[in-house]
Amino acid sequence: MSALLQFKDVDVHYGPIQALKKVCLEVNQGEIVTMIGSNGAGKSTLLMSIFGQPRISDGQIIYQGEDISQKSAHYVASNGLAQSPEGRRIFPGMSVEENLLMGTIPIGMEHCDEDMQRMFELFPRLKERRNQRASTMSGGEQQMLAIARALMSRPKLLLLDEPSLGLAPIIVKQIFQILADVASTGMTIFLVEQNANHALKLADRGYVLVNGEIRLTGSGDDLLVNPEVRDAYLGGH
Amino acid sequence: MSQETGINIGSSIKDTIIAGLLALIVFGPVVGVLLDGYEFIARIDDVVWIVAIVMAGRFAISVFVQTESGKKFVYRQLTKEDGVSVTAPDYKSKMRYIIPIVIVIGLIAPFIASKYVLTVVILGLIYVLLGLGLNIVVGLAGLLDLGFVGFYAIGAYGLALGYEYLGLGFWSMLPLAAIMAGVAGAVLGFPVLRMHGDYLAIVTLGFGEIIRLVLTNWTEFTHGPNGVSAPLPTLFGLEFKRRSSDGTPFHEFFGLSYDSAFKYIFIYLVLFLVVLAVLYVKHRLTRMPIGRAWEALREDEIACRSLGLNHVLVKLSAFTLGASTGGIAGVFFATYQGFVNPSSFTFFESALILAIVVLGGMGSTLGVVIAAFVLTVAPEMLREFADYRVLMFGILMVVMMIWKPRGLVRVTRKGFATRKGVMK
Repeated sequence: MSALLQFKDVDVHYGPIQALKKVCLEVNQGEIVTMIGSNGAGKSTLLMSIFGQPRISDGQIIYQGEDISQKSAHYVASNGLAQSPEGRRIFPGMSVEENLLMGTIPIGMEHCDEDMQRMFELFPRLKERRNQRASTMSGGEQQMLAIARALMSRPKLLLLDEPSLGLAPIIVKQIFQILADVASTGMTIFLVEQNANHALKLADRGYVLVNGEIRLTGSGDDLLVNPEVRDAYLGGH
Repeated sequence: MSQETGINIGSSIKDTIIAGLLALIVFGPVVGVLLDGYEFIARIDDVVWIVAIVMAGRFAISVFVQTESGKKFVYRQLTKEDGVSVTAPDYKSKMRYIIPIVIVIGLIAPFIASKYVLTVVILGLIYVLLGLGLNIVVGLAGLLDLGFVGFYAIGAYGLALGYEYLGLGFWSMLPLAAIMAGVAGAVLGFPVLRMHGDYLAIVTLGFGEIIRLVLTNWTEFTHGPNGVSAPLPTLFGLEFKRRSSDGTPFHEFFGLSYDSAFKYIFIYLVLFLVVLAVLYVKHRLTRMPIGRAWEALREDEIACRSLGLNHVLVKLSAFTLGASTGGIAGVFFATYQGFVNPSSFTFFESALILAIVVLGGMGSTLGVVIAAFVLTVAPEMLREFADYRVLMFGILMVVMMIWKPRGLVRVTRKGFATRKGVMK
């Protein structure tokens, strides 16, 4: 298997503060990889640095053999990397369908109808609410919309930043069920999560990020039973 | 009858009496008692009139809000949800009946209306153009621009100076001024790409002032505060002057006696058609991907970028298109006044245009048109209160922002019909 996305010794600084320290990781074609860590460990920084927000101060981010660490955000997004950002960030005043249409920006409207059909099959709730303003939906539905919007660009790699954020446990379960469905279509997923339990059960491999450093790595099942993981994701170190 | 429509006359009368008593308490001492030297003079009839008017008005309102349309009206005014609603997919706007009527009236009007009314309406239409231009930048793309008058000035001075130095007339400057203002918009857009909200507002405010100060102080080129005269439009080379310097003037060519209203009628008709064209373009733009991209950028810039939207292009296109509309408005302003000087392009103008956009409802095309007329025609009608115009303007703004923070006309988003190939 070849690495689709690879971090090589990536450092990120916010002014004098170092947020990521020599992070190395890789995501292979067809895999579900998760990154778990507590608040402020650098998870979102890591995901956003793929899009150059912030720019990395050292190291390389290799995507399909090309270093994308200095590319613009829209260049990255239009080359098969789609993100469902932290806190969902749907367009609240737009209807559900318009939100989905926004997802087609990188590839144009060519496959729009077909893809929208696919999304409505995957998320029947969105079909019911297609002409509703996005801000009037529940948190779980908004998260589904954010994922569907990301999938509308037919990405090679789907990046998810805390899809369980602020959702009721039963909705979290649903979301992870949907992610499993998406993964079964062969989609490569890189999932950043605080909810280690769900994330590791879903993932093939996992990384544990503590204070900007990769502390542990291993298969999802191994990490689940690792006592150190419990400490890390509860915030102790 | 009152049973069928659900109108409770009893409660209306009760409201009316309460309102009457309140009016009596408030106006009784204020209006009814006149202090003359050491004597109080009772002025009962004035009080009776005021109280009667208040009671009649209260009764009318009370009955109105109990009718079906009244209930709907109140509901629409009182619901404070953030103003955007999605229409049903098969919803057909009533506008499709109203628009042809408005167009016909608009085309007939200049031949009936007096010259004074015509000039007021021309000014209103110029502000419609300005409002539409700024609406793209502020209403759709969400970039607060306080220097929009700069582009207006570029258009107006473009016509005046283009005529003076290059001999270009109205028709060649109309597209050129749009391009010039558009370029200026892009030039302003570049340095402010990273700015938001307050910072952007201050930079654009500075831009507007720079343009005005350059026009004031570069006396060799712009004649400074003395201003420059601007040419009138021509109809296929026919001029609208009493005596033409070259060739026959319009009225001689058609064998009419000279009337100074001809030029206003002509400016009005051209302006009216341009406004219609701009309205159509703006209407289409909001339904195209670029329009959606502007609105998405206003709602969430980070989400836009994560979706691969090139925010540089989107912002610049908003600035450029908005500015070029402002430039066109400037050309019409110059030709209508026949003269431009920098005092027409002060910050107050920018504030007025911004007020049009905000009062109209951010992003709403219809709202901008209505607000532009309200804010330009109303001051003309209130000539007697000339000293208080700005005060009334301020009060109107405060009242609007309290009760209708989303503007006169709410933005509705078009619902999507089920497309072919997408399941129902």
